[in-house]
Amino acid sequence: MLYINCPHCGMRSQNEFSYGGDASVKRPELNKEVSDQEWDNFVYNRKSLRGKHLELWQHISGCRQWIKVERDTTTHEIFRTFKADEEVA
Amino acid sequence: MTQAFRIENGGLINRDKKLSFKFNGKTYFGYEGDTLASALLANGVHLVGRSFKYHRPRGFFGAGVDEPYAVVQLYRNGETEPNIKATEQELFEGLEAKSVNCWPSVNFDIGAINNFLKIFLPAGFYYKTFMWPKSFWYRIYEPFIRKAAGLGVASTKHDKERYEHKYEYCDLLIAGSGPSGLAGAYAAAKNGAKVILAEDKPRFGGSLLTSDVNIGNQSGKDWAEGIIAELKTMPNVVVKNRSQIFGYYDHNMLVMSEKVSDHLPSTKKYHPNKRLWYIRAKEVLISSGSIERPIVFGNNDTPGVMLSSAAKEYLKVYGVLVGRKPLVFTNNDSGYETAIEFKKYGVDPVVLDSRKKPESEIIDEAKNLGINIKNSYVVVAAQGYKKVKSADIASISEDKKQLGKIENIQCDCICVSGFWTPTIHLASQSGNKTKFKEEIDAFVPGQSKQNEITLGAANGVFSLEETLKTSFKAGSELSKKITENNNEITIPNVVEKKSSQHDKFWCVPLPKGKNYKRFLDFQNDVAVSDVEIALREGYRSIEHVKRYTTLGMATDQGKTSNLNGLQLVSEIENKVVPAVGHTTFRPPYTPVSIGAIVGREVGKHSKPTRKSPMHSWHEINNAVFVDAGVWLRPRYYKRGNENLFEASKREAKNVRTNVGVCDVTTLGKIDVKGPDAAEFLNRVYTNAWLKLPVGKARYGVMLREDGIVMDDGTTTRISENHYHMTTTTAQAANVLSHLEYYLQLVWPELNVNVVSTTEQWAGAAIAGPKSRDLLQKLFPNSDVSNGGLPFMGYMEEDLFGVKARIFRISFSGELAYEVNVESDYGNFMWEKIMEVGKEFNIQPYGTEALSTLRIEMGHVAGSELDGRTIPYDNALEGLVSKKKDFIGKRSLQRSAFTAEDRQRVVGVVPLDKKTSIPEGSHLVKDDKAPLPNPKLGHISASCWSVEYDNPFSLAILKDGKNMIGQKLFAMSPLKNKVIPVEIVSSHYVDPKGERVRS
Repeated sequence: MLYINCPHCGMRSQNEFSYGGDASVKRPELNKEVSDQEWDNFVYNRKSLRGKHLELWQHISGCRQWIKVERDTTTHEIFRTFKADEEVA
Repeated sequence: MTQAFRIENGGLINRDKKLSFKFNGKTYFGYEGDTLASALLANGVHLVGRSFKYHRPRGFFGAGVDEPYAVVQLYRNGETEPNIKATEQELFEGLEAKSVNCWPSVNFDIGAINNFLKIFLPAGFYYKTFMWPKSFWYRIYEPFIRKAAGLGVASTKHDKERYEHKYEYCDLLIAGSGPSGLAGAYAAAKNGAKVILAEDKPRFGGSLLTSDVNIGNQSGKDWAEGIIAELKTMPNVVVKNRSQIFGYYDHNMLVMSEKVSDHLPSTKKYHPNKRLWYIRAKEVLISSGSIERPIVFGNNDTPGVMLSSAAKEYLKVYGVLVGRKPLVFTNNDSGYETAIEFKKYGVDPVVLDSRKKPESEIIDEAKNLGINIKNSYVVVAAQGYKKVKSADIASISEDKKQLGKIENIQCDCICVSGFWTPTIHLASQSGNKTKFKEEIDAFVPGQSKQNEITLGAANGVFSLEETLKTSFKAGSELSKKITENNNEITIPNVVEKKSSQHDKFWCVPLPKGKNYKRFLDFQNDVAVSDVEIALREGYRSIEHVKRYTTLGMATDQGKTSNLNGLQLVSEIENKVVPAVGHTTFRPPYTPVSIGAIVGREVGKHSKPTRKSPMHSWHEINNAVFVDAGVWLRPRYYKRGNENLFEASKREAKNVRTNVGVCDVTTLGKIDVKGPDAAEFLNRVYTNAWLKLPVGKARYGVMLREDGIVMDDGTTTRISENHYHMTTTTAQAANVLSHLEYYLQLVWPELNVNVVSTTEQWAGAAIAGPKSRDLLQKLFPNSDVSNGGLPFMGYMEEDLFGVKARIFRISFSGELAYEVNVESDYGNFMWEKIMEVGKEFNIQPYGTEALSTLRIEMGHVAGSELDGRTIPYDNALEGLVSKKKDFIGKRSLQRSAFTAEDRQRVVGVVPLDKKTSIPEGSHLVKDDKAPLPNPKLGHISASCWSVEYDNPFSLAILKDGKNMIGQKLFAMSPLKNKVIPVEIVSSHYVDPKGERVRS
């Protein structure tokens, strides 16, 4: 079970969180013309990365904040966590 | 009955407390502190079971967790548990156990005929044999194999025992209370670290309980007792026996199973049977010790052949002689230690040592005691069927290939030692890549992966002095990092006998003309010949060899067999052992009760039960409840002998003719507040929200980004910047997360807050032609006329002194209102509605009537919004704005979603107007078409229309728009029904929606 540092609450066990997928996906702006390909990429197409992955988690049984977690998909090592509005450098 | 093999004195058992127990129906006696195994051995019982494949007699091989044979069915306090190791089960008064895998009895087992058919049962036998003819598999082969396979029998009764889960955090977790664990724990505890020390056995001390050593001028055992006593007094230390750490998971999370009650005749009141600990440790010290491995020889599975360390443990801990004429067969000095213990108790052992001329302090002591030692000698085969009677022995050449003349010597047990295998399971589970250590012919942990360190015998270090030194140091350094204390510990003086190098010898060659079975894996009957076959047939990877031969599988997971298997593969393949590699060590280290894993989340505790504030009223009034998501809702209110069908029909009919009231508290409710709330809703819902006036409600549909309908419900503008959103009961939590996602991540610039208010409001839906009359009586001072409170209107009024929200919304399709009050007043509201409604013939209605009402009105709900349908499919395309953008809009342009013949909701009526159509039935054009019959759609919801008094269903049907009036068949192979049906409009009742606006 992963041990995730919620930037709002501190170290918490994985069972307090729910997974939210790739954090690098950006929703196309509203009212903007989007090609089929762009939209497919946003809705469906994800890379199944091996290694460092920036992903979303929601602290659903805690502060309910969505956070970003930088995790290695093979070793489960968590490098850093960020608040939703925090810039990932 | 006398315990013929119990010595007069000695052992750590409590001789003042005699316990009686039954094995295979026969009564025996043992002492408190015995295991079932030691008590049986004290009574001279060596035959405990039959082997898995050949049903050969099985005895005891070990004395603990590594035991491959002595697996029994246990009976305790009216319950039964399978696959209990007799070597681990502590004796209690009245214990009952039976042998497994034998029929009709362990002494006469019909399955043993397999033993004589063994040439027909080699590795892969089942794979090869039961392939043909295919039709035989289900009828003949599988039932036969199922009957023959397996060890114990699981109980099918409800388990009365309770199992707990516990979460714990600590600085240092220590797995195993041998010398290394004790030293590490002591040093860390002295530095103030929070320590958990776990020991799987009932007694602490590990090898110190049986080894002849001195620490700080006391015996190893006394030193261990002293340390444990001191640790127990320290508030920062938790010391747990009967507790096995069985899994090492990510981020230093380890799981431990504590057997709280298994050693007692029955579980104490308020105590669990087992407790599962989830422990998050900053640092982990793995001091899990090592397990002796056997040397492979002919018939080495005969009862009476056992590990030499087990024989020593039975003697020193339990005061039990495993035999009176022991033969010790060893390739290292450990065998001598066992021989010396035998000799001390007046028994004369014979030692066979495969080595030519070993020299060490231990061997000197054995020689001085006058023990008969034969060097360069091996056991070729054990003789005896249900018990060892003698052994064929022979001298062996230096290259270990040639046997000398076979001699037979009398013996009643063979204690075998092939050196030690470090228990590296936990380290390996943590991700540590193990490495092969030539000096000990075994794997040890390599570079630490997580915050773990492995010390002592588990790390391949068999010198006590070295172990204590490194463990004190590790305990002190690991804790210093955390607590920043640095208390000096003086390492006690150690006296131990030096031992000599073991012999790299693990398997005795077959003598000419003999074809003895030489077993590698004792639990699964995997012999040397089986592995040879697997390799001959081309299996190369050790993982494949394992699965093909079953080497290292089942409840003992090859604790005594894996390394010898690797040795054999490496020899045949002409590779070194590390090149062969070992199979993956997966948790659990040893079997864990399913009950312990499940914990208390069983039965009605498997999920929370949520009840509305009116729940007790429903109970008193004969409600029959149904699970609706996490809620309990009244399904119908039973009157007299009514069944579900009759009651729901009556309730629905009463709504259509008079007035009914339904508990709608369970609907999800979300407060949406903030200056940008309207804009936010406009993006979330498919329809327009910017112009909704204060005091008005609107029905809305929300999509996922892929265009699929996520949820629907009404949202009401309570005030300028405050909206009250409702969701379906089932989707409430998902919708809240969905909204939070967009507010926090996608549009953080919107100034909006959302919070769940589901629990804050109790809701009652009042529906039926007389609902306005009732409402007027409930709120005599308010204008609830069609003008004062029109359809989709909202007002806040006073209900006999309680603030109430009134929404004119309808799910039933009738003139209807929803009244909300703060939850604490829910029951008050409900009782008032029932009281005042009496003159209008009000009746409460449950979810079944609610479904009937919405189905015949063609209102879609969860069964149509099933995560596969878009707005069009649900005839909701009128709610999809063409002007503005919203979540999921772009997906609606996908070609499949705009196809001419897109599926759509329709009504379905059976032609005979009598036969109810099972939900889930498929709609087909031709009921006689060959399979697979093309499916045009499916029945999503069915009811008995109270308006027309005939069955009516909704369906999602391909090209539904153009199918009205068509005749199809509804087929339900599950219910074996074929029903001719006609497709009609989904709006079966009041298609123009006049009633809700009346």
